[in-house]
Amino acid sequence: MRRRSRRSKEASLNAAWFVPTRLARDRSALLGLVLIGLLVVSAVLAPVLATHPDDVFELHPAERLRAPGPAHWLGTDRMGADVYSRLLFGARITILIGVIAVGASLLVGVPIGLVAGYYHGWFSDLLMRVSDVFLAVPQVVLAIAIAQTLGPSLPNVILALSATYWPWFARVVYAETRTLQKEVFVESTAALGASPWRLTALHVLPNIASPIIVRASIGMGFTILTAAALGFLGLGPPPPTPEWGRTIAESREFLPDAWWYATAPGLAIFLTVMGFNLLGDGLRDVLDPRLRRSRTAR
Amino acid sequence: MRLLALALYRLVWFVPTLLGLLVVTFVISRVIPADPVALVAGETATPAQVEALRRELGYDRPLPVQFVDYVARLVRGDMGTSIFTRRPIAEDLAHRLPATIELTVVAMVVSVLVGIPLGVLSALWRNSLLDHALRVVTVSGLAIASFWLGIMLQLLFAMRLGWTPLNGRLQGFPPRTITGFYLLDAALTGDWPTFGMALLHLALPAATLAFPALATLVRFTRAGVLDVMQSNFVLYERAMGLPRSVIVWKYMLRSALTSTVTQIGLLFGILLAGAVVTEAVFDWPGIGTYAVNSILRSDYNAVMGFTVWAGTIFIVVNLLVDVAHTLVDPRERTL
Repeated sequence: MRRRSRRSKEASLNAAWFVPTRLARDRSALLGLVLIGLLVVSAVLAPVLATHPDDVFELHPAERLRAPGPAHWLGTDRMGADVYSRLLFGARITILIGVIAVGASLLVGVPIGLVAGYYHGWFSDLLMRVSDVFLAVPQVVLAIAIAQTLGPSLPNVILALSATYWPWFARVVYAETRTLQKEVFVESTAALGASPWRLTALHVLPNIASPIIVRASIGMGFTILTAAALGFLGLGPPPPTPEWGRTIAESREFLPDAWWYATAPGLAIFLTVMGFNLLGDGLRDVLDPRLRRSRTAR
Repeated sequence: MRLLALALYRLVWFVPTLLGLLVVTFVISRVIPADPVALVAGETATPAQVEALRRELGYDRPLPVQFVDYVARLVRGDMGTSIFTRRPIAEDLAHRLPATIELTVVAMVVSVLVGIPLGVLSALWRNSLLDHALRVVTVSGLAIASFWLGIMLQLLFAMRLGWTPLNGRLQGFPPRTITGFYLLDAALTGDWPTFGMALLHLALPAATLAFPALATLVRFTRAGVLDVMQSNFVLYERAMGLPRSVIVWKYMLRSALTSTVTQIGLLFGILLAGAVVTEAVFDWPGIGTYAVNSILRSDYNAVMGFTVWAGTIFIVVNLLVDVAHTLVDPRERTL
């Protein structure tokens, strides 16, 4: 018994070492990690890194729409606020929306997928049909309807995104659970008398962690993109919140002269979403051995 | 005959999915808000007006009764009246649909005609300069916010270079209405200057909309072709001495495209969803701009009408794609 536990500890140590090294060898996944790292650093250290940390709320009409220069690295906006500083504080909102929305979708979607996958019957069918309905409509359309009903605010954006993203997790978990049920080790654990609770929590869930992690990483990018679209449409957190999508909407009337105003937040969204997408692709290649063959073919 | 049975089977599934969509929109519009009538009436309505509207709309009845009524109305094509335009929402949407379809179809055609050949070339010339360049395209296509891409294209091509119009569908008079699609109508009436102008107006919004779709198509076609390349039947055909072009464009493409066809259905969803913001950026007079304007005016019924409409179109398209998939891939012809 003791030997076995030592060996499994070794195995998990190997896995803990294996994933980062494989990821580091994959240049695009590494780029993804670097981009996400930059986002996190900007969000956490925003008050330190910002050249004008008070500009999120203060107005400087005299400094309105200045071009990028030594005083304002990315220029100023219509209120005279420093675009670069507001961008850094906007990273906090982006992370907040992404993490809570994807986290909530995980908490709702994974149990639903497990239950629907483990039990066979009308209830499972019903759960999956419900998630199919949500998947049958473009996420942005449903999110618009929900955000419009609830009114523009940060919690409502998060709610609208969670309410429309959980089916992706339910789908993935359901499919993986059904596949695993045919495995001998699951069958034998059930034959030994393990309760459904024990079986799913200790045996099924750890074995389907990889696809969930991959889906979560891609989901972060997707959610952030949709949140920016909601912000652009005026359904996001109200001003003066430095939300990136709303900033782009505000900047439109000052084009083509104030080109920096529209360009900077769009680039920030682009790099952030690309970071999560690249990491998701890289994680899939490392974590899913079934796909590694096509990886070498690439 | 089996194909017909399959199509019918899919059609049977179509009804509950559509009903599910209506349940979702019903819950969003009637159950989630604290007072749905106040939302419909708008911010300027007095309490007495709200109460009068509540009785008029039947919102004082039990929810199940309201739901049956809601479905019955939608089946008759009644989506309520817009508070802003004072016209039936279904009429407003139908009026604006051709503009959206024209834009979406052009974007789709562009992405298919460009994306699939590029995906094949990318797989054939693996790790070439083209392949690496296309990887950049596929990665950025899925990461770029379409409203930002549209604004950047406007900034460069319309504002700085002046090559294309900034926004709108056409300046001046539209061609005589036959189908409602400007390109088609102009071509049918032989009005080539208008055709050119319409095409020029389409260029930027279609490019904006096509970019993410193109990225997805290149990616899937490339993966599909790489997969097929290693299969035995390709090896056999090569051993038989078939010309490379015949193997690639006739036999490999057909096998490789099965997954791409499924993608096209999902792509239509991306395009439709992207159309909301893209149309708003380019003031394109379609249902997307209508939805965004309704959001800005808090025209609640109109937003919900758009949701039902867009969801239905999406479900119908995916139904058609499912059937098309079985036509391309005989293995799918089982129930």
